Amino acid sequence: MARERTNDQMPDWSNYRGVLVFVEQRNGIAKNVSWQLLGAGKKLADKLDVSLMALVVGDQVEHLAREAVYYGADKVFLCEGPELKDYRTRPYSRITLKLIEEIKPEICLFGATATGRDLAGAIATHLPTGLTADTTELDVEPHPSRLLLASRPAFSEKMMATILCKQYRPQMATARAGVFQALPRDPGRQGEIVRIDNPMSEDQIAAKVVEFIEQRGGVNLEDAEIIVAGGRGLGGPEPFKMLQELADALGGVVGASRACVDAGWIKHEHQVGQTGCTVRPKLYFAIGISGAVQHTVGMSNSEVIVAINKDPNAPIFQIAHYGIVGDLFTIVPAITREVKKRRAAKLDPTAAFRA
Amino acid sequence: MLHIVVCIKQVPDSREIRIDPNTNTLIRQGVPSIVNFYDLHGLEEALRIKDQHGARITVVTMGPPPAEKSLKECISLGADEAVLVTDRKFAGADTLATSYVLAKTIQKVEQEWGPADIVFCGKQTLDGDTGQVGPGIACRLNLEQLTYVGKVVRVDPEARRVRVHRYLEDGIEVVETSMPVLITALKELNEVRRASLPGMIRAARYKPVTWTTADFPDIEVSKIGLKGSPTIVAKTWVPEARKIEGEMISGDTPEQIAEQLTAKLWESDLAEKLGWI
Ligand SMILES: Cc1cc2nc3c(=O)[nH]c(=O)nc-3n(C[C@H](O)[C@H](O)[C@H](O)COP(=O)(O)OP(=O)(O)OC[C@H]3O[C@@H](n4cnc5c(N)ncnc54)[C@H](O)[C@@H]3O)c2cc1C
Ligand SMILES: Nc1ncnc2c1ncn2[C@@H]1O[C@H](COP(=O)(O)O)[C@@H](O)[C@H]1O
Repeated sequence: MARERTNDQMPDWSNYRGVLVFVEQRNGIAKNVSWQLLGAGKKLADKLDVSLMALVVGDQVEHLAREAVYYGADKVFLCEGPELKDYRTRPYSRITLKLIEEIKPEICLFGATATGRDLAGAIATHLPTGLTADTTELDVEPHPSRLLLASRPAFSEKMMATILCKQYRPQMATARAGVFQALPRDPGRQGEIVRIDNPMSEDQIAAKVVEFIEQRGGVNLEDAEIIVAGGRGLGGPEPFKMLQELADALGGVVGASRACVDAGWIKHEHQVGQTGCTVRPKLYFAIGISGAVQHTVGMSNSEVIVAINKDPNAPIFQIAHYGIVGDLFTIVPAITREVKKRRAAKLDPTAAFRA
Repeated sequence: MLHIVVCIKQVPDSREIRIDPNTNTLIRQGVPSIVNFYDLHGLEEALRIKDQHGARITVVTMGPPPAEKSLKECISLGADEAVLVTDRKFAGADTLATSYVLAKTIQKVEQEWGPADIVFCGKQTLDGDTGQVGPGIACRLNLEQLTYVGKVVRVDPEARRVRVHRYLEDGIEVVETSMPVLITALKELNEVRRASLPGMIRAARYKPVTWTTADFPDIEVSKIGLKGSPTIVAKTWVPEARKIEGEMISGDTPEQIAEQLTAKLWESDLAEKLGWI
């Protein structure tokens, strides 16, 4: 990242217009981050008064092109073929590059996932243009500058930096999963779907995907919208079952402090914090966690934090939106029961009266 | 014999960087410089390939002269040659300008010591934290690209194929491709060895090969350093420690507490965002 230059004139970019979002998928199922990016892209496109475009690449993925429209795209480019079933850098970057050169979007967004980073890194070099990694805030300056204000955490999340790309187009960014808000899916929405060709055939592609070993058992804390995390206050591995029940009732996943991981109560993949995962779910339960800074750096950006601790002076209460002083062993099961009741009431509104 | 190039970067250990609460600036003083740890896993994998098949390993870095220390560390671990590319004109480079210089460097390394079969980079750096330099180099040198590699299953020097496991968010992808290839390393790839005594002795005497812009007659100055960097840091700030008007929830029984908490959550805008109502 370079420092700001002075007195630079911006070239004429009037032939670059519109916002393009790359839709990531596996086996015909889109990654949530793709719809979140369409949500973010829509705001930028509206502010610039241009259209929001999406690119869908894969094998038998026409339905995703329609989904992209439901999630806000005005125009979707669709490239299908059996050789495009799995993501591979060469064909995918060739297709994306060719499209960018043809339609000249002013902004291109990719998920900050392994695939999105792999693809965007190759394309930005080829074009060439600037690419901002891992953004968590996106905005644009209005016409005439139309600059993308891409902001991202720096120095292990301790600082934020806003990055601009003045001298090149398109302006590219990868954006973190779980940060931006998808628009509500609207199956009545209309949009244009344009088919494009794949310029590469199988024999021109050296890389072969031999196998994909899906890891369903693994937790995906980074993408989780709800995390129910436990600390040393749980006292052992058993009570994590109780946390799992609350997580299941809410549709979330279980996290943990390092103290529990070190004690061997739960696997490291559940650990939140400096030496674990950095998360920003919409809802975070800190249960029997004191709130050491090494833990809170990994979760303090959660939208809503609920803390349950028997010690009223526990530091976790300083960052909690809702604090409960009390014994977790009685409070957590009570919350689980209440959550189940409320969610059942949504599915069957009369249930509330019968409960 | 295989020729493996490993790209390493000396970085401040950003985990140790703190913010001065009064000035809101980074306290860099006393922050140790280390070899970006993902890069060490790349070097370790290169050393394992060398142990198994025989290989020549060249380590390269672009950075200020003190980065020599990191190169010596790589020599002590078993690298054959180390190259420091250093010049004021390279300063201020973003990932695009960095990958340009590193690609030029690797080409020059190839002229000196033969074509590279495998290039290792780290998954990302602790300071830049982008993971973009690896794909950038692969693109410029027209290498095959395997990112987020957590395991090298097989390197076949005869068939010139490599098979790896890429660790993705939702699982492991087993993928095979041809050399020359650029691989970006995760920490799951291996356990980094300790330097041997002969290695340390060699490192103490070793002087890294040093190149400046003068050693690259065809380098385009418009593509290096600050000038060659499309991205500009317009502003930095310290996110405000959130001041939360936290609300304590109390009640006589756990049921009362649970009822109150869920009522608050269901009344907030969370409920709609999470599809509860
Ligand atoms: C270099 C370094 C890196 C680290 N990285 C991490 C990291 O990534 N993640 C991390 O989490 N930590 C990390 N730590 C450790 C961190 O400093 C703390 O030690 C750890 O977070 C404490 O975990 P805890 O809150 O579960 O345990 P404790 O601090 O022991 O807190 C337990 C809490 O449970 C409460 N409690 C007990 N019984 C009950 C009950 N019945 N009902 C309600 N409340 C109860 C207690 O009042 C107490 O507040 C790191 C430390 C270092 C030095
Ligand atoms: N200045 C540099 N010199 C050598 N290698 C580098 C340099 N910058 C980045 N790299 C390599 O590229 C990887 C990714 O870096 P980054 O894109 O900055 O996250 C690092 O892990 C290194 O292997």
